Amino acid sequence: MATLVPIDGPAANPDWLSGWRAGPGNGTAAAPDWLPPVRAEAAGRFAARGLPNRRIEDWRYTNLAQLTGLELDWAPAPAEVAKESLPALVFGREADCRLVLVNGQVRPALSAVPALPEGTILTSLAEALATGHPGVADLLRERVTVDDGALKALNDSWLEDGYVLIVPEDVTVDLPIEILSVGTGGALPPAYQPRNLIIAGARSRVTVVEHHVGLCIGGYFANVVTDVAAGPEAIVRHCKVQDESKEAIHVALLDATLGRDAMFDSFCFTLGGRISRNELRVSLDGPGAHCRLNGAYLVGGHQHCDHTTAVDHAAPETHSDQLYKGVLDGRARAVFQGKVVVRQDAQQVEGHQMSRALLLSETSEVNTKPELFIHADDVQCSHGATAGDLDAEALFYLRSRGVPEGQARQLLVEAFLNEAIDAVALAGMRLPLEQNVARWMGERPQPTP
Amino acid sequence: MLEIKNLHASVGGKPILNGVDLAVAPGEVHAVMGPNGSGKSTLSYVLSGRDGYEVSDGSVLFKGGNLLDLDPEERAAAGLFLAFQYPVEIPGVTNMTFLKHALNGLKVQRGEEELDAMQFLKLVRQKAKALGMSDDMLKRAVNVGFSGGEKKRNEILQMAVLEPAFAVLDETDSGLDIDALKIVADGVNALRGPARSMLVITHYQRLLDYIVPDRVHVLAGGRIVTSGGKELALQLEDEGYGAFAARAA
Repeated sequence: MATLVPIDGPAANPDWLSGWRAGPGNGTAAAPDWLPPVRAEAAGRFAARGLPNRRIEDWRYTNLAQLTGLELDWAPAPAEVAKESLPALVFGREADCRLVLVNGQVRPALSAVPALPEGTILTSLAEALATGHPGVADLLRERVTVDDGALKALNDSWLEDGYVLIVPEDVTVDLPIEILSVGTGGALPPAYQPRNLIIAGARSRVTVVEHHVGLCIGGYFANVVTDVAAGPEAIVRHCKVQDESKEAIHVALLDATLGRDAMFDSFCFTLGGRISRNELRVSLDGPGAHCRLNGAYLVGGHQHCDHTTAVDHAAPETHSDQLYKGVLDGRARAVFQGKVVVRQDAQQVEGHQMSRALLLSETSEVNTKPELFIHADDVQCSHGATAGDLDAEALFYLRSRGVPEGQARQLLVEAFLNEAIDAVALAGMRLPLEQNVARWMGERPQPTP
Repeated sequence: MLEIKNLHASVGGKPILNGVDLAVAPGEVHAVMGPNGSGKSTLSYVLSGRDGYEVSDGSVLFKGGNLLDLDPEERAAAGLFLAFQYPVEIPGVTNMTFLKHALNGLKVQRGEEELDAMQFLKLVRQKAKALGMSDDMLKRAVNVGFSGGEKKRNEILQMAVLEPAFAVLDETDSGLDIDALKIVADGVNALRGPARSMLVITHYQRLLDYIVPDRVHVLAGGRIVTSGGKELALQLEDEGYGAFAARAA
């Protein structure tokens, strides 16, 4: 078990925040007048709270103490990254759309953004702030002041770059938008805090595939916040593959609000990071809004991954479905925390949640915490959790038919994850996801007999 | 082909097999009959190499080699096949995928060339058709939601595709109605040949009306107490296991 180091705020290691206190300083884009006071307010909020610690209920199972031991570069200079060193496009097609971020900064020279349907904007936050896009300023000013934990405050205090995607009313973007986020180390591990926005107008449809990779062996700290606003009847699909460097600390919060009959479909595939947390907050604000939150994870060694969700059924006839499936090996630890709130007037609501974990080693561990707060009476809610080993009967059955043991194990792991991967609506994602499973099984250290 | 000598085995420290002797020549079908708890299933699991079955004495020679030294997949590659009494359900793995991994797993171990997708599909469809199995059953997850009869038929399909030299059928008749029993028995009989031997383990004589054995052995108290021709099964049916068990004691 990891040593529990109590933290009573940034003062626990006064040095590690010195770079942060200097504030955003790259001067890559001009800031609108409203921004500096907002940043300052958020900085005050963060300073008052300090890093989350395990006495905070939401952070009971995930310990960020390691962060304070790192001397971080809070304003890393743009890293040299060759286009050839980037991973292949997820779908491998010439016409694909890809926006590349390196250490949280959008890099147009590494990106390839083809013409998108009229009115659709895919750009950097720096650019959107400089040009003063009204939709961006409105959403940001609304979200930035929300007090939602220390790490969000930390991100609010920075507000410099990230990706911005705006899809106007009635527009369908057929091409999946691929966001490649690269983390790469310098002399000091970089800390970066991109702020991303997805604004989907009424009846619009868009799919975003986020791919987070590390191009270095060492660590870095990514503190990502993504705001999603989906208008009435909009359909937003968000697929995230988190394959950061094995030493990286990756913390992400995605906050989505859904209008009437809107749909938000999220899939998170976690492979990388020394410590990672993917937190989703979805407010089903309009009647008939629907979200599907699915995830799969493959972790080993000393990795720790945390999937935390909070769904707020604020309107009647709203639906949520959640399925998280993971495989743990070595001394890995996984956390699933799922909160479902049904407000008093939100009748005819359905909320379902399931977490399943496969423990391939005796030293791996999973912590599952469902929380249901139901204030209405006409609702259907369910939750469940399982944790176990590979089915020994199935393994013997396969081997007795001539399938070698390693291959039989891989087949069973794939079969276990397939249920979650099957839920990914984007057909083209299946193969890349399955290849990741095969690669993970191949790289997995063989258990000593 | 298979020669079991003085086989002693225990499960969880409890002795179950107490000196089994049995030899099956190429092309022969032998039946092992016995009451509940006599060690029938233990014998089949020891032969197929399941974990938790400890051999304390004796030997099993298969095609002249020591079978007990091999892992389950190596036994399969050597030509051994066990039709399970309780076929295992594997959610998320289709029958087709299962069969493909099995057949190619055997071929790779034997240093043979793997079948390509087309050859494989053709082979499996042809074998399935002979057993009256639909394409739909091939696409479904292994044994998930299958009836008792469908599961047993699926075992025979695997046997037909993998073409083992030696098949152990463990209570393949249990849970089958008479129609399903005939289909399964026809499937088994179609696989009989001069190069293939079988060990049919059963509690009841009924199955042996359809799969007629060359030899019948009675297992009681973890040993073979009597052996004879196919008429022994009928005699056993008349007298009951009690008399044999008494004789064995």
